[in-house]
Amino acid sequence: MNSLIPLLVAAPLAGAALLLLGGRRLDRSGPWLGTLAAALSFAFGLALFLDMLGRSGEERALHQRLFSWIPVNGFQADVSFQLDQLSIVFVLLITGVGTLIHLYSVGYMAHDERRRRFFGYLNLFLAAMLLLVLADNYLLLYVGWEGVGLASYLLIGFWQHKPSAATAAKKAFIVNRVGDMGLSIAIMLMFTEFGSFAFGPILGSEGTAGGAQQAGEGKLTAIGLLLLLAACGKSAQVPLQSWLGDAMEGPTPVSALIHAATMVTAGVYLITRSGAIFNLAPDAQTAVVAVGAVTLLFGAIVGCAKDDIKKALAGSTMSQIGYMVLAAGLGPIGYAFAIMHLVTHGFFKAGLFLGAGSVMHGMDDEVNMRHYGALRKYMPVTFVTFGLGYLAIIGFPGLSGFFSKDKIIEAAFARGGTEGWILGLCALTGAAVTAFYMTRVMLLTFFGEKRWQPDPETGEEPHPHESPSTMTVPMIVLAIGSVFAGGLFTLNSSFLKWLEPVTGHAEGNSPLQPLTVTLLTTVCMLAGVGLAYLMYGRSPVPVTPPVGSPLTRAARRDLLQDDFNHAVLVRPGSGLTASLVYLDSKGLDGFVNGLAATIGGISGRLRRIQTGFARSYALSMFGGALLLAATTLLMRSV
Amino acid sequence: MNPVNYLYLAALLFTIGASGVLIRRNAIVLFMCVELMLNASNLALVTFSRMHGNLDGQIIAFFTMVVAAAEVVVGLAIIVSIFRTRHSASVDDSNLMKL
Repeated sequence: MNSLIPLLVAAPLAGAALLLLGGRRLDRSGPWLGTLAAALSFAFGLALFLDMLGRSGEERALHQRLFSWIPVNGFQADVSFQLDQLSIVFVLLITGVGTLIHLYSVGYMAHDERRRRFFGYLNLFLAAMLLLVLADNYLLLYVGWEGVGLASYLLIGFWQHKPSAATAAKKAFIVNRVGDMGLSIAIMLMFTEFGSFAFGPILGSEGTAGGAQQAGEGKLTAIGLLLLLAACGKSAQVPLQSWLGDAMEGPTPVSALIHAATMVTAGVYLITRSGAIFNLAPDAQTAVVAVGAVTLLFGAIVGCAKDDIKKALAGSTMSQIGYMVLAAGLGPIGYAFAIMHLVTHGFFKAGLFLGAGSVMHGMDDEVNMRHYGALRKYMPVTFVTFGLGYLAIIGFPGLSGFFSKDKIIEAAFARGGTEGWILGLCALTGAAVTAFYMTRVMLLTFFGEKRWQPDPETGEEPHPHESPSTMTVPMIVLAIGSVFAGGLFTLNSSFLKWLEPVTGHAEGNSPLQPLTVTLLTTVCMLAGVGLAYLMYGRSPVPVTPPVGSPLTRAARRDLLQDDFNHAVLVRPGSGLTASLVYLDSKGLDGFVNGLAATIGGISGRLRRIQTGFARSYALSMFGGALLLAATTLLMRSV
Repeated sequence: MNPVNYLYLAALLFTIGASGVLIRRNAIVLFMCVELMLNASNLALVTFSRMHGNLDGQIIAFFTMVVAAAEVVVGLAIIVSIFRTRHSASVDDSNLMKL
């Protein structure tokens, strides 16, 4: 079975190469080819998963060394894969959701001239993401990490004729660069410290201690913080969160696949994978939970104020990943739950985004929720699937989000002490706010009266209609996942047991009973839903947004994150470059140019001496001879 | 006869030759002026030899004559070839070596 592992990456990579290099011949068949490549990869993943099920816990991890990448004495970098219980979860999520979204895109991008290229980029993304989760060393992981960044850049800016999309792509790339810098420095530190890139020697495997177990805490804290910086960039966590909202400029399937289900969760994967380092660096863990807690509230608040349906969902994504990071920062009591929430979130958030895309498809690309309303009668399938995703994300009892979020809140309390209370209450508040903004999205979009606006150019009212079946089928599958995945994972603690050999597991000592936490979560959720119903369900929603409180206005501007970045980073940065440019052009260039001009002027004058007339040379010779003779005579007489 | 008079004559000849080199443009005349200067110095050398009573100056004068003969051969050849290509023996026309 080992030899199947490289094929997981190879299938979408070959698809990408074929589509991007194949030329116009593939314009018609391209979308289906891309979908086929993704489905093939999913089939391989499924085969490997079934094979893995047949083996017992400790023997499940597979290793496959493909070739030696950089064979230098004392610096060994291999292209080798590791497929363990954690990787296979990601593989199935990436290829499964990826295939569905490929299928959805066939319908969604049907009228786009450049769809072949779009599918090529999507395949490229799948290949890079699979490389990221399958790598068995940090250097190869970094290749995947950069690869998904590239694919994300290309896809956010896919409609590059729109300046806003081009800018958003650049913004995402640059903000991610800050995080990538953290990862590259962390990898260098690990290499100097442990002498290897591979997970085994660094993190230690079952029974054998790795380098991390022998290193000092200070070093581990530094590595942990750098890894956290990397995770912040890729997963849009505070303080590197500002790119995710703008990334919604990309086509909606991209938002669903990359900026909701898979790529943005790479940070959670990185932290979970590097658990052995974080477990031994409590300070770094504290930083991780702090980032998670702040982001889950930050994203939720932003999500409450946005009128753009995709940006509201983007705020929600940020917030839900905040939950995962929080759980991952809790150590062994939280890793499995972080990944569990990641998977359920992958289902319902991808489903929600696809639903949003379907709504936009029917409403002539309108994104403002204040211009929706009453769509449940016109788009029944979208309504039901979106509704199930909605119930899952707010944690309605029995659906996926309920199980996974509840576990995280429980684990947050279980950290113990004051910290546990603070984190638990943050997570609870987050749950209430999540319920509020998602109910708001739901009510604004599908309920109430029609607030459809005529097209400003043609003056036509939109005619919402249900989307084609290539779009609705993936939505239905994802909705089924959002309903049942959480229950399936919690049943008999199967998910926990599955991941335990990789991540380890510890029971915390929660000050509250699990049932109390569940009840509290449900009460918070109901409070959020109720508040949203009072505000948006009972009275008609104004088409132009009201002025709102200062908090609302700040949240509409993403809680002033861009203003902050602009004032603190961009302005001093451009001031610095301006002064450096001034110094360079006036100071350095001025000196060099002045010197050159002086020498040039002097030589221009000196050149006049060379007249070309033999007699003038003769005269100077005579002059010189006379001078010599006179000097000799003078010296003699003295 | 006082040998110093020969020195005066040599100085006079040298001055004539030098001013000829500086003033005249015809390459042949220039050449003759150079010869004049060489012979003026020969005269001075022979005179010094006589005044000091040894042969050093006369030997150097022989050297000078040999050098002058060789110089005439090369110099005249150059002048003739320049005249053939440019149809002029003016030294001012041969000014290509300036910038």
